[in-house]
Amino acid sequence: MKFLCVDCDRQMAFDERAVPGDGTMAAVFRCPACGRRTAMLANPMETQLVSSLGVKVGGRTVPNENFEGIRAGVAEARDEALSAPPLTNPGPVRWSVDAVERLGHVPSFVRGMVKKIYNEYARERGIEEMTPAIMDRARSDLGLEGM
Amino acid sequence: MSPEFRTYHEVDEVRSDLPDQIAAGDERVSVRLASVARVIAVMSGKGGVGKSLLSALLATALARRGDRVGLVDADLNGPSLPRLLGVAPGLLAESRDGFAPPSSRAGVRLMSMAFLVEPDRALTWREPADAGFVWRGAQERGALREFLSDVAWGELDVLLVDLPPGTQRLAELHALVPGLAGIVAVTIPSAASRDAVARSLDLVRRRGLPIMGIVENLAGVRCGACGALAPLHAGDAGSELAGRFRAPLLGRLPFNAALGAAADEGRLEAWLSGRESAAEGVRKMADALRAGAGTP
Repeated sequence: MKFLCVDCDRQMAFDERAVPGDGTMAAVFRCPACGRRTAMLANPMETQLVSSLGVKVGGRTVPNENFEGIRAGVAEARDEALSAPPLTNPGPVRWSVDAVERLGHVPSFVRGMVKKIYNEYARERGIEEMTPAIMDRARSDLGLEGM
Repeated sequence: MSPEFRTYHEVDEVRSDLPDQIAAGDERVSVRLASVARVIAVMSGKGGVGKSLLSALLATALARRGDRVGLVDADLNGPSLPRLLGVAPGLLAESRDGFAPPSSRAGVRLMSMAFLVEPDRALTWREPADAGFVWRGAQERGALREFLSDVAWGELDVLLVDLPPGTQRLAELHALVPGLAGIVAVTIPSAASRDAVARSLDLVRRRGLPIMGIVENLAGVRCGACGALAPLHAGDAGSELAGRFRAPLLGRLPFNAALGAAADEGRLEAWLSGRESAAEGVRKMADALRAGAGTP
């Protein structure tokens, strides 16, 4: 799928992705000439199809994790199958008490992967402390629905 | 009527990288399997013929010969290899290199969906209701890819892939592993099984893959008193398929109650080390496969 700015006759470039948390996805494209932005709104089925292929609209912003698709996709995973980090030591990025508590709600099956993604997100942006607000922003930016 | 603006194929200033992302995932498989001498699929066109049992037996027999053996349980919806090999689900240890595959007593490195899904639960995916058929295939292909690429298999002489019934997963595996060494087909003697397996082998042949051997399972039952072999099914599917597809018949495995018990209890290695003619038969199958595969 491509987006063409008809007035400028220029292909629009991917700008940002947002995941509202209702199973849908929005990808925003911008015309490099006039700056006009257009949002592509994907319904839950379209969003799921993209997710099933293990691809990210607009490209990857974090490296592949091991068993990424299995962790994100398997519905009734055995919770103790994959190692999850202890909540008291969430990593070099400082985690607020609220953020640690929120991370605790993530199933341990995927907690390690989610924590690494949040830490990576924070480090790339020079963020020293992880808070629920940063987690919300990361979810939206990275497409971490339900995490 | 043409639109008054450029059409899809005329616009390529910014290329979508979705195909590249898919290709990158497949490339991870190639990188991982560079340290695997050969990948062999165990398949059948028919369910319930003993593919998983034969996969576990051949893997164990090869490991007993000293080969470094990995085994992928590609039957994602009906995984049974952990039980057959006596490997209990535990914590899968992750390193930078990937997840360490649990090993059986004989040293077979194993990965199975049974390690990842709650016992007695079906494999289900997080998805909007009632339309799973749209993407189920993509998700299962992705899981197979991750079993190949994200597991720290290490150096292996052979990686066996136990496929579910049918042909779909073979096509997916072949796409992921273009250098697939070949397949071993499992049948039972009946004409129904012969016909179903023949359809699968037709696909194998069309894909240009070597048929490294055919195994006939449940090939009769041996009398405990006189040792005579009485048929369980009418038919001679193993020989017929071997002739039709010019493939070696690796052997016939009669029904064996002790083997059934050993499989249920995860004691295949102990059974294989016994003196029963059936165990000796399986060891010979593994030797024949080993010779055909050119394992050093």
